[in-house]
Amino acid sequence: MNAEEETTAAGWRLHVDPTRCIGVGICAGAAPEHFVLVEGLSRPVADRVAPAPAVIYAADSCPMEAILVSDVDTRRRIAPGS
Amino acid sequence: MTDTSETMIQRYPFSEPDRLNLDPRYALLRRDEPLIRVRLPYGEPAWLATRHADVRTVLGDVRFSRSAAIGRDEPRSIPRQIQSGILSMDPPDHTRLRRLAARAFTVRRVEELRPRTRQTADELVDALLAAGPPADLVAHLATPLPIRVICDLLGVPVSDQDKFHVWSEAIVSTTSLSAEQAQQYLDNLFAYMGGLIVQRRQEPTDDLISAMIRTRDADDQLSEEEMVQLAAGLLAAGHETTVTQIPNFVYVLLRHPDEWARLRADRGLVPSAVEELMRYVPLGVASSFARYAKEDVEVGGVLVRAGEPVIASIASANRDETVFADADRIDLGREANPHLGFGHGVHHCIGAQLARMELQVVLETLLDRTPQLRLAVPESELTWKSGLLVRGLTAMPVAW
Repeated sequence: MNAEEETTAAGWRLHVDPTRCIGVGICAGAAPEHFVLVEGLSRPVADRVAPAPAVIYAADSCPMEAILVSDVDTRRRIAPGS
Repeated sequence: MTDTSETMIQRYPFSEPDRLNLDPRYALLRRDEPLIRVRLPYGEPAWLATRHADVRTVLGDVRFSRSAAIGRDEPRSIPRQIQSGILSMDPPDHTRLRRLAARAFTVRRVEELRPRTRQTADELVDALLAAGPPADLVAHLATPLPIRVICDLLGVPVSDQDKFHVWSEAIVSTTSLSAEQAQQYLDNLFAYMGGLIVQRRQEPTDDLISAMIRTRDADDQLSEEEMVQLAAGLLAAGHETTVTQIPNFVYVLLRHPDEWARLRADRGLVPSAVEELMRYVPLGVASSFARYAKEDVEVGGVLVRAGEPVIASIASANRDETVFADADRIDLGREANPHLGFGHGVHHCIGAQLARMELQVVLETLLDRTPQLRLAVPESELTWKSGLLVRGLTAMPVAW
């Protein structure tokens, strides 16, 4: 699959920094289709997703700023906001 | 429903709070019967979960709901039932509201407040030292510090503290206030915050209230009332919790002189000390805010039916010996410490990072300024608050 097809199928990339995550579980509760707790820490269900407000809310709600949502194509940060 | 007959339902809380001691029944339940039927002073019967894994499930699993409590006779410790506000919401409504404030409480933003918090703590300790010995740690340090920090952050004039500090008691009161008085205090708090929001909308500043107004006015799905309640809740919660935990932490440390000496010898232990004290101190008298099962869920080997409420005991989870080695012993250097002192899941304390920072600053300041800190009265003369949802000291006379 080339980059163009990936962007069409899944425009955003989700990353959880395991060194920042402390497993409070806000993301897994607010966006359970996108985040899951594995052995106490959060992990994206899939690292490429279609744009969805729920992942922005999850990244904005993380007290550790452990979640990064970025555009697959441009690599621009979508969330968290500053 | 023979399995939930009245005779099998235990009263909860099991006993009157005794200082910071946890009722020994929790340990027995964790071992033998991790889910039992209980009846709180008000509301319908509930399940009580006591193991760490089960408490995490109840608080974190999306099959459990807070908004499902609306319209039910919720199990609770107070006559009044709160049916609005952020603690009565589930995602996505909950997330939309919480995000108004969440960005101000990230670890990065809280670190920016640390130097000023340390400066305030030093000024307060100056006054404490000038007043004694002995002097009251509650009045001189534990109460004013968190109030000044939350006022600065929100943009609330600290000069109004005599008013809202009194009203804030309503959010943690069980019997200390009459139902009418508690409602009056809450109304006062909401009216005060509503007035401040009107003022800030006209003349925005760079505080959190102004930021919340900007975000809310760009998202017309949120009501003005929701924002007012959230801001008032932040102000009230900003003091009724950390104000109480500071003396609780100092009390535990002074009763464990070896651990206090260990901290004095190694300042690097302060962050892990705060986590360990959050685990060890059962701030709440009893658990509340039942989660309702949205579908049948197995918890602790028991099938909780859809529509049934479950109370999760954080204090018990934090003493779960299958998670914490030597769980009843305090160890300020404890490495893995997945305590649930700030809760878990979407309702995890929004001010957790702020509280951590304040508690770390207080311990560092006391270690620097009063390394010989001690109680100025026999422990038996200390007086404990009553009629509240939280355990804490009314005063703490100390010497140094």
